[in-house]
Amino acid sequence: MINQYMLRAALLLICALHGVAVSAAGEEPAGTIKTVTGSVTIERGGQKLAAAEGTQVFAADNVITGSNGSVGITLRDNTLLSAGHNSSLSLDKFAFDPSTHAGTIDASLKRGTLSVVSGKIAKQSPDSVRFRTPTTTLGVRGTEFIIEVDAARD
Amino acid sequence: MAPVIVIAAAAALIAIFNSRPAERVVLLPGPDGKAGAVVVTTNTGSILLDQPYAAASVSSHGSIKAIREDAASVHARYEAALIAQPARPVSFFVFFLRGKDEFTEESKPLVEKLKAEIVQRPAPEIMVIGHTDRVGSEASNDALSLKRAEAMRGELIGAGIAASSISIAGRGEREPLVPTADEVAEPKNCRVEVNVR
Repeated sequence: MINQYMLRAALLLICALHGVAVSAAGEEPAGTIKTVTGSVTIERGGQKLAAAEGTQVFAADNVITGSNGSVGITLRDNTLLSAGHNSSLSLDKFAFDPSTHAGTIDASLKRGTLSVVSGKIAKQSPDSVRFRTPTTTLGVRGTEFIIEVDAARD
Repeated sequence: MAPVIVIAAAAALIAIFNSRPAERVVLLPGPDGKAGAVVVTTNTGSILLDQPYAAASVSSHGSIKAIREDAASVHARYEAALIAQPARPVSFFVFFLRGKDEFTEESKPLVEKLKAEIVQRPAPEIMVIGHTDRVGSEASNDALSLKRAEAMRGELIGAGIAASSISIAGRGEREPLVPTADEVAEPKNCRVEVNVR
């Protein structure tokens, strides 16, 4: 009896802790969409959402532009990301502490074009900022650059 | 033995012909004309780009070739992504009258400029941080810095900027622009910092 009660209490505690972690991760957006032209879709947890100016972007989101689409996103650390036509960008990880400027950015471009203006995290801890493509990893030392991944590659 | 070599040679040739540029990385100059640096790494090695328009062409097999781009070709090739770039974040310092939550006469044109800047941005996000000098107690300066931030928020809301896009904080006397001894009046520290993105 006691064991079962304790087990139940432990399960409740785990659920509560898990719930807190999920809501904390869910509340804090990574950034905001500032510019949209043409078709732009956000894939989030198996759902597809149309992107608009002001739409918030979260870690683990996939942002996809159509053949006439482009999108500009400002992350909370002031990193600027903008993708051209036929692009697929994943924001794999994002964390940012606005007081210390510590954080992590892990993003990957699967196809298309991406322009990046790095922000406060790259300034504070450059090793925590990674951009990836199917064959390349980019280490960022505080700068502006473009990445292109040929959509027709095998 | 011989067929194996032929097959291996053929496979190597196919690999070479297939290794057209699949990816490209181009370093751009910042607003000051200088470039930072990017390290491009694949399974075959890595190169450092640290000059404006220095670029790397990467094959689908990971071989990297250093190339050079120029402003005209970059702007033509990546026009869609570059046009989509959000406005760069900006910061303003608005100075306040000593011990008060009213900004100085000299700061008024800046406040107008700030409102105009915010209004023309899509989906603006505004962070208002109040500060004080070291005259008075820490507690009273915490309260004053927050009142200054609130006053600035009220000013922005009055200009039609959505309250939901503004967050505020008061840092009291902790983060002076000009460090001073305690109880020293310093007008430059009586300020509100407005970060817009």
